[in-house]
Amino acid sequence: MTRSAEAVLGAEEDVRRPLEPIEVEEGASLWGDAWHRLKRNRLALFSLFTFIAIVLFCVVGPYFSSWDGEQQDLIRGASAPSADHWFGTDTLGRDLMVRTMEGGRISLLVGLVATIVALLIGVVYGATAGYVGGRVDAAMMRFVDILYALPFTIFVILLMVAFGRSLWLMFVAIGCVEWLSMARIVRSGVIALRRQEFIEAAVSLGYSHRRIIFRHLIPNVIGPVIVIATLTVPAVMLLEAFLSFLGLGVQPPNASWGVLINEGQQNMEIFPWLLIFPAFFFALTLFSLNFLGDGLRDALDPKSARD
Amino acid sequence: MLKFIAKRFAQGVLVLLAIYALTFFLVAMTPGSPFSGERAIRPEILAQIEAHYGYDRPFFERFWTSLSNAVRGEFGPSAVYANRSVTEIISESFPVSLKLGSLSLLLALLIGIPTGVIAAVKRNTLLDYVPMSTAMVGICLPTFVMGPLLALVFGLMLNLLPVSGWYGPRYMVLPAATLGLYYAAYFARLTRGGMLEMLNQDFVRTARAKGVPESTIVWKHCLKGGLIPAITFLGPALAGIISGSFVVETIFQIPGLGQWFVRGALNRDDFLILGLTVLFAALIVVMNLLADIAHVLLNPRLKYE
Amino acid sequence: MSRSLLKAPLRAVGVAIMCMTLFACGGAGRDRVADAAARDGILLIGNGSEPMALDPHLVTGVPENRIIASLIEGLIAYHPTDDDEPEPGVAESWEHNADHSLWRFRLRENARWTNGDPVTANDFVYSWRRMLSPELGSQYAEMLYVIRNAEAFHQGQIRDFNQVGVRALDERTLEVALKGSTPYFLSMLKHYSFYPVNPRAVEQFGGMTARQNNWSTVENYVGNGPFRLTQWTTNQIIKVEKNPDYWDAGRVRLNEIHFFPIENVRSEETAFLAGRLHITSTVSPDRIPTFRRENAEALRIDPYLGTYFFRLNVTRPPFNDPRVREALNLAVDRQTLVDRVAQGGQAPAAGFVPPGLDDYPAADRVQFNPDRARQLLAEAGFPGGRGFPRKEILINTSEAHRKIAEAIQAMWRQHLGIDVGIYNQEWKVYLDSQSNLDYDISRAGWIGDYPYPMTFLEIFTTGNGNNDTGWSNARYDALIRQAQSSGNEPDRLRLMREAEGILLSELPIVPIYWYTRTYLKDPRVQGWNPTLLDNRPYKYVWLEA
Repeated sequence: MTRSAEAVLGAEEDVRRPLEPIEVEEGASLWGDAWHRLKRNRLALFSLFTFIAIVLFCVVGPYFSSWDGEQQDLIRGASAPSADHWFGTDTLGRDLMVRTMEGGRISLLVGLVATIVALLIGVVYGATAGYVGGRVDAAMMRFVDILYALPFTIFVILLMVAFGRSLWLMFVAIGCVEWLSMARIVRSGVIALRRQEFIEAAVSLGYSHRRIIFRHLIPNVIGPVIVIATLTVPAVMLLEAFLSFLGLGVQPPNASWGVLINEGQQNMEIFPWLLIFPAFFFALTLFSLNFLGDGLRDALDPKSARD
Repeated sequence: MLKFIAKRFAQGVLVLLAIYALTFFLVAMTPGSPFSGERAIRPEILAQIEAHYGYDRPFFERFWTSLSNAVRGEFGPSAVYANRSVTEIISESFPVSLKLGSLSLLLALLIGIPTGVIAAVKRNTLLDYVPMSTAMVGICLPTFVMGPLLALVFGLMLNLLPVSGWYGPRYMVLPAATLGLYYAAYFARLTRGGMLEMLNQDFVRTARAKGVPESTIVWKHCLKGGLIPAITFLGPALAGIISGSFVVETIFQIPGLGQWFVRGALNRDDFLILGLTVLFAALIVVMNLLADIAHVLLNPRLKYE
Repeated sequence: MSRSLLKAPLRAVGVAIMCMTLFACGGAGRDRVADAAARDGILLIGNGSEPMALDPHLVTGVPENRIIASLIEGLIAYHPTDDDEPEPGVAESWEHNADHSLWRFRLRENARWTNGDPVTANDFVYSWRRMLSPELGSQYAEMLYVIRNAEAFHQGQIRDFNQVGVRALDERTLEVALKGSTPYFLSMLKHYSFYPVNPRAVEQFGGMTARQNNWSTVENYVGNGPFRLTQWTTNQIIKVEKNPDYWDAGRVRLNEIHFFPIENVRSEETAFLAGRLHITSTVSPDRIPTFRRENAEALRIDPYLGTYFFRLNVTRPPFNDPRVREALNLAVDRQTLVDRVAQGGQAPAAGFVPPGLDDYPAADRVQFNPDRARQLLAEAGFPGGRGFPRKEILINTSEAHRKIAEAIQAMWRQHLGIDVGIYNQEWKVYLDSQSNLDYDISRAGWIGDYPYPMTFLEIFTTGNGNNDTGWSNARYDALIRQAQSSGNEPDRLRLMREAEGILLSELPIVPIYWYTRTYLKDPRVQGWNPTLLDNRPYKYVWLEA
């Protein structure tokens, strides 16, 4: 996109603001342009900082607290926020702030790892399908269609039951549910790219297929992949919360936000802080990630807005 | 067009067959029996019961029998609910889920699409951030929080609406609202994205340059294309709303299909699981087909992709 | 530009909100459902889960029993206040021989089925034969093993049911010959496994041993109890209404009972608070203190004949060492657990068989003694917990179980210095793990089927399907066997006491507390008395409008 066109668009979108001076960037790259556009989306920027703040809170926070997430205080039981316990305590007397922070670690970890699993499977699968094309592509996508048509509730439950206890297996199970849309997006991206000249050049140069896929195609679809990854993390976290509702999620004494929220919602009227704090952080995280993802999508390729 | 439908239909049948096989294997692999309970069963009695339901047959014979029955629409009895057949269970609860799902979807569309349109047109302003933020609440709070929260406020505190049961229109409001808010967020985002894509097209710039009023551009020219992502999502959304409403059904005591999905899986009720899976898959296949048709009607170029 | 652009979408959103508000406001100020029902004599009961069936010979659970008890009546009915006392049901009188091994029941003349048939002694013979038929696969058939030759018939060793100790002397006289002396036979008869079914209906819809028999659907149901089945909407409601043909219909004061299968504890509580239920099936332990404070008259805490305990897998070291097992037991502060965690007014379990049984006071042996616990653990080779292998507590998925396990985990860590983990498994997997002895420590519960210690003690005999600990003690087995065949009640009680003594010194289990039934009840419900097994005859219940 030429700079002049960008200036024209900018002028159209922000009719009431005076024309901002056009910044001259040396060697503006795709990423530079993207960052620039992202900065203008104030909600997305706010979301980014919020998310970073939450991550810091959860990862670093417990080190600053004098309480341990597993320390029970049965005499005290559930108590409202106070100077000792800023977020209050849960029904077993455990400090809620530390539980929230540690719960956040786990929820974020689940989100991250499951998304990475989904990403790895989906990207490779989709890129291969898109690149190879023809019958193989059709067969691969049929397989994706089949998986799409499975009622995930039943399947996640059966998978969780069959492979039960380990946290890592849960990541994999969730990742296995989420890779499908990733594969589809990557595939369409690769199909579009495949026709471009630089790929034809690579083919005629005799590069191996693997090299073309991994060195040339995949890096160029990273944009939409990042967007969808950012949007998958909250979906995964919601899925984990649902599993906690069913009792199939994270095992005690560890707790994720899903577990904390589930406990909190059962006692909403009498111990509202048990719900408010974890739910607030959970919602805020999902919120930020969703808007960040939307913002990234707008920034990286404002023309393509398909899911 | 007809050839297109026929091709998709055939593909759909293959998909259903594959799903059936996959489900059968997975259920057989999962530990746990539908007949175990807190009190131990004597092995002889267990053998009797299993023989009755055909569990003692060799694996492939079971598979083949159940598949041939399924093709004829007979999914067998529920292994756990002694005198009810899977077909009965499904035919009782499906209409309920359909009603709940349709109402929720309607609500989601009524809230989501206008929000998405406004947000797209007023991109990066307050009229983008505020409506989108409000719409997003639906997917930032799990339904098992939203539901009880709504029930608490509107049911217990304000005493406006009933909090459980399914006996009439008033009972539908809270559950439909809970589910609807969730999907409204998706529709809002999809519509916003779709509209943005349309609004950034060249022909829009041309139209503006020619002096066409903005409202005409938005509503007459861009809307059709802008709705495409939302419509594509409509199919899976409807199918999902029927199976994914377990939480809402549990909280509001609604005799719908969602509960059976979870219960069937947790009880290892093989026949029930198979029946439900086929139903769900069939729904998705049909919905996708309808969505594809709508897609093609809205944008004839796609037929050749 | 903006105004015309936004008019349409804003209008759509506005319409949506308005519709919902109108809908909602249309209902404000309406009569609460529970109030109208109370006036009309309709009892609204929250019943936990959707019943798997309403055929008394095929069910095993409490929710099913609660409904069936309104539809069918056995020889002996539930007593309104005391689960130990027999209340005449279909049997108006009975007699027995000196050692309680031969019983004769005189059936009342005006007992009728809802399809017009009189209830005859043959109906019972038919029904018990059905229960004991191996093809039916009834899971409670074992209850009938007290009858002579019943076990042999059920196991297929004899084919002629005439050899089994039940026969109809005439239309109205039933004679039952038991395997041994069983003075508590009348209490056993209250259990639904002994209920009759209408032979004509059963035969019409599939035959005696057909599992998929449609006689018990809402269209075809035939019962002989105070109520009859009028509606069964899956996952929504089951309605029963007063049965005018019931022999004691004059005493029945309720017009209808509605059962609601609400599984989610919170939803059920919300329904109660919103005035949609008169009685709930349970209440969440966390809410109990709140209800005690704010709504004490609605909270019910009744003693219940059951024990909550942990099983220890004695086939896995170091649980094969009785000192370790005893140490684990002594390091649990049951009183604090009950007061702070379970919070349901339960009694800390100092033995296994719960209190409340006639002539059999609960044992008082298992105590909290952390010093002695540490000492024993050191003797067993793990001073201060050093070297103790990492073990895990298995629970089935539930908040309540988790809390208790976490509390005990903390107690063991604090008092013994050992570190145990907790993992939960989904219900079915948990059951499998337990019966396959694939666990270290497992949470368990046992509710008595009838008010007699035997129903608790017999499960720990060698090889019993409900033992699931791998524990086996020849002397214990012998004592139980003797008690089961003894003809003398004091003798029997002594033998059972001794057997329990062995159980409590070997401790293949960690008894935790004795159950209570905690639930919410609208104060307008009258005649709802606490009973040991939470059974009550609905004909003595009424609503004060």
